[in-house]
Amino acid sequence: MLYFLRRRSLTSLLPLLFVLVGVFVLARLTGDPTSLYLPESATAEQRRAFAASHGFDDPVWKQLLHYLQGIPHLDFGTSLRTGQTAASMALRAFPNTLQLAFATMLISVVVAVVLGSWAAYRPNSLADRISSLLSMTAGSVPDFWFAIMGVWIFAVILGVLPTSGTDNGLLSWVLPVVTLCVRPIGVLTQVVRGAMVSALSAPYVRLARSKGATDVRLVTHHALRNAAAPALTVAGDLAVGLINGAVVVETIFGWPGIGKLMIDSILQRDFAVLQACVLLTALSIFVLNILIDLGYALLDARVRETVKA
Amino acid sequence: MTTMIDPTDGVAPETGATPPPRSGRLSMWRLLLRDRMATVALVVLVLIVLSTVGGSLILGDKSNDQDLARGAIAPFSLDHGWLYVLGSDKLGRSMIARMVVGGRTTLAVAVPAVLISLVIGSLIGMWAGYHRGWRETVAMRVADVIMSFPSLLMAVVVLYVFSPSASMIVVVLAITRIPIYLRTARAESAELQSRTFVDAARTFGTRPTAIIRRHVFPIVLPTLLTVATLDFCYVMLAESSLSFLGIGIQPPGVSWGLMVSQGRQYLQTAWWLSFFPGLAIVVTAVCSTLLASWVRIATDPSQRWRLTVPRKAAARRRRQAPIVEGEVS
Repeated sequence: MLYFLRRRSLTSLLPLLFVLVGVFVLARLTGDPTSLYLPESATAEQRRAFAASHGFDDPVWKQLLHYLQGIPHLDFGTSLRTGQTAASMALRAFPNTLQLAFATMLISVVVAVVLGSWAAYRPNSLADRISSLLSMTAGSVPDFWFAIMGVWIFAVILGVLPTSGTDNGLLSWVLPVVTLCVRPIGVLTQVVRGAMVSALSAPYVRLARSKGATDVRLVTHHALRNAAAPALTVAGDLAVGLINGAVVVETIFGWPGIGKLMIDSILQRDFAVLQACVLLTALSIFVLNILIDLGYALLDARVRETVKA
Repeated sequence: MTTMIDPTDGVAPETGATPPPRSGRLSMWRLLLRDRMATVALVVLVLIVLSTVGGSLILGDKSNDQDLARGAIAPFSLDHGWLYVLGSDKLGRSMIARMVVGGRTTLAVAVPAVLISLVIGSLIGMWAGYHRGWRETVAMRVADVIMSFPSLLMAVVVLYVFSPSASMIVVVLAITRIPIYLRTARAESAELQSRTFVDAARTFGTRPTAIIRRHVFPIVLPTLLTVATLDFCYVMLAESSLSFLGIGIQPPGVSWGLMVSQGRQYLQTAWWLSFFPGLAIVVTAVCSTLLASWVRIATDPSQRWRLTVPRKAAARRRRQAPIVEGEVS
């Protein structure tokens, strides 16, 4: 078990480091933030002092080294924009995104499992039609357009939902979560349906049926267990993909999450905050991948054996 | 050969007026015409391409022509001439002209990006899959690194470094999509390289590049084309998202995503500014998805029969067959 975890962590840490260094170097190439933060009238002397105090006058590799040295001490630099530490800003925004992502994944998985099993159990039924329609929507409707049309219909015309912000309690969650749900539900329903179609025609399901198991029990206890593994893998990919959606959705709805913070930091050349955000995102993707591998191992008896060994 | 698989020809032998198809291409056309959805999708796609390419030659100048007297005209009225059927924006620019030019930009980004990633990804993938060993490991690790980070974020960072221009967006999108083709091509070619006919070719001293070109490539191609058609949707949506976030196509350029973004602030007074460009994206994406699912079946010899059976039975069978969406993250 520990060996499995250790090996998995090592192979995933390499991409993580690569991404971190890549973003660091790329961000430095966007240009010196000095001119953005000092007034036009600043003298060359002041500019030099500003650059020196933030270490922008060093060569990029020296800055990178300095940055990497700070990480073990949990020192991620300070924000140029607000003067707060980058870590505190990123950590403050992170729970907002996490809540959004968690709600989205929870709803998506529940809807997808119910709809997908139903569609597989009754081909051509209403559920089957809905699931095909949803998967088509998932791949074809741009999320930003979906969100804007949602705002137009429900906030502008009907006036039942707020246009943006988080101060309206549960109501302010509706549009962001629904927008984020479109893609995961569409893709996941199709995966669950596919896996269930093959699981339902497997010999063990026929055996269970011949032993007199009810239809519901057949689906929930026998077929769904075996259909869960492929669905879990895809759900993991979709959860990573939610970051993409979060950037768009948080920008549109003014959600104070990590996606919005990242876009703002890029536009403001707030390197330290950008890096802290990227690090946090990469780290959570890393943790998520390990959790999914573990879940996969727990679901599949064949993999479970190799993990134990 | 094709008449043998086609049971409808056997059912109605008296319709001798239709000559049996002579070439594979001809039978493909007939297969396409049998599937009503796929035919409609293809026709709509061709219309979109023709109208955006041809239309922007005619309407290109009109897309930035401002006429404040004709600002914010509501759509579906011919009072101001056909140029304003879909309304106009606050500056009096015709929506039709802007949609046409925006569509051309969107296609001009999406098509090259898909082609570049298709060519590079499948070449490296086939090469890595054929040789196995360290070449495979290195290629897959690089693909993992690219895949392990949300593509939109990567594009955001890169596009902020290099000033966003159409060609830069093409490059960024192509790079983020290469792993998709690389993985597909590698998996297929790794499986193929252990087959007998490849072994035979190797025994005769055929060089690896020749084996890949003559024996591996033709078999992998249909799969890759299907992935590419599906991926076209994804790339188009990605371009729109980037333009929407303000780091894609820059004004005075026009693209569908940018139009949605520009129309956003006028949502209360002029809904059509955001609505129509988004609708155009959706229609294009839906049509290419439909076409992709047709290509997937038509290019697979073991599935092609689904298209040759009478329509109702085909629809029923296809719905029963599990269709799993290609993973795109």
